Amino acid sequence: MNYWIAFRTIVIKETYRFIRIWPQTLLPPAITTALYFLIFGKLIGARIGTIHGASYMDYIVPGVILMSVISHAYSNVVSSFYSTKFQRNIEELLVAPVPNWVILGGYVSGGIFRGLLVGLVVALISLLFADIVVRNAVIAIAIAMLTATVFSLAGFINAVLAESFDDISIIPNFVLTPLSYLGGVFYSVGMLPGIWQTISLANPILYMINAFRYGFIGVTDVDIQFAFLITGGFIIVLTGLSLVMLHKGVGIKN
Amino acid sequence: MNALSLRQLRKTYNNGFEALKGIDLEVEAGDFFALLGPNGAGKSTAIGIISSLVNASSGSVSIFGHDLKTDRARAKSCIGLVPQEINFNQFETVKNIVLNQAGYYGAPRKLARQRTEICLKQMDLWDKRDMVSRRLSGGMKRRVMIARALVHAPRLLILDEPTAGVDIEIRRSMWKMMREINGQGTTIILTTHYLEEAESLCRNIAIINHGRIVENSDMASLLSRLTIDHFVLYLAQPVSVMPKLEGYQIERVDNKIVNVSVPKETGLNDLFSQLSAHNIKVLSLKNRSNRLEQLFMDLIESKPAGDKP
Repeated sequence: MNYWIAFRTIVIKETYRFIRIWPQTLLPPAITTALYFLIFGKLIGARIGTIHGASYMDYIVPGVILMSVISHAYSNVVSSFYSTKFQRNIEELLVAPVPNWVILGGYVSGGIFRGLLVGLVVALISLLFADIVVRNAVIAIAIAMLTATVFSLAGFINAVLAESFDDISIIPNFVLTPLSYLGGVFYSVGMLPGIWQTISLANPILYMINAFRYGFIGVTDVDIQFAFLITGGFIIVLTGLSLVMLHKGVGIKN
Repeated sequence: MNALSLRQLRKTYNNGFEALKGIDLEVEAGDFFALLGPNGAGKSTAIGIISSLVNASSGSVSIFGHDLKTDRARAKSCIGLVPQEINFNQFETVKNIVLNQAGYYGAPRKLARQRTEICLKQMDLWDKRDMVSRRLSGGMKRRVMIARALVHAPRLLILDEPTAGVDIEIRRSMWKMMREINGQGTTIILTTHYLEEAESLCRNIAIINHGRIVENSDMASLLSRLTIDHFVLYLAQPVSVMPKLEGYQIERVDNKIVNVSVPKETGLNDLFSQLSAHNIKVLSLKNRSNRLEQLFMDLIESKPAGDKP
């Protein structure tokens, strides 16, 4: 049995899906982030000055890019897989000889592609406002891919457990967005007062954003190796959880 | 070789409902097999387990000798499923629905395109290939599901109420298609509530009720068990009171229509002689119900399986 073809079929289907509806998937982040750069970077940032020696605009660009990667990787998988469940065309995959890891890999890859493509769009938009110089492309690309993987997996789990369309918007609105904003996108964790620093350090997104920022401007509030360790740990745990749920048929089988 | 073997298949849902109570079933390769039963009898659960959409509580499923648990990929490769309800992506084109399914079964792109074209042409859908599926008529959607189920050339095709809700013309054309598919060597398992469909198409039959197989035989010997035929007679003149006719059970529907039960060994000649003797003229007659329907009802009503849901 050639599982590569099944995997490729899912990935092509998923990629075609979000590209076909580009006004919903690729255009909004371009507009939103352009506004971020304009308002926070240009207008307010000019009054803030520098953080760790970087201009405020240069400081926030990596965080805004990764925030877009996170939200779009997540929303791609959660909406696509939940629709597949809702329309019952998940049965097309369950009937076929497609192993669970191929189903998971296919949907997560779709999420990674969209996350990274949106990240690229946002990075291109940022060129209009800042002179981006990537100091360590390997770290930046690696952490972006790993982060997209983490949130694609999280979106997959959300979709598996969701029983209504409301359920797929709760986590992005009430968990993901607050964690992203509190993940050091717009500030250095050192600028926070005592207890808030400790609370912020419990936010995994803080580590991912700092590692990504390190790849861009060489500035970080956290240990880079620890950031990779946390991200990798999440991938292992979420992959295991997803596979167990698929094996048991949680949310998709009787 | 058997296309399908079920051994002591059981399914108890989380709410405690026991949908299957240890069924055994064998379907021979090349057969056109009917799996019948009233709503909630366990048909859909059985089909769900065979096609990996429902997890069995216990028991085994073997498809062309491949165990569904231990040799899952090979077993699944043998099956094509046409489900009861539309379950494809309504925003996808007809061609992509079928093409993607071929990909899930590991068909290389070139072969997948060839198979898609063959199946869509077979289902008379080739000219609709680029149409978004939600724009198709109900009959066309059913045919898309058949094309999708056939794209990997399965050896066992499961049709779960494929003609439900379609008009008689489409139903007849689908019967023709099913016969052709079976004629090409594909084993077919059909569930349907149209019993004349099962009688017309299938060679063997199993009837399931309350999670148990209550009948499993070939269609001819099952139908030969019928001892009484039921007819509706349309009379030329109104009759206010029907006379008693020896050897026949008569029920007056209205003053010009009566139902008659005729024992097979007695036949109709004596019935008409007796009616003539009472100056009752019959204009026409028809079978009161499908023959299989009578047997089906007898079996369902005469073999209560104890506990009910």
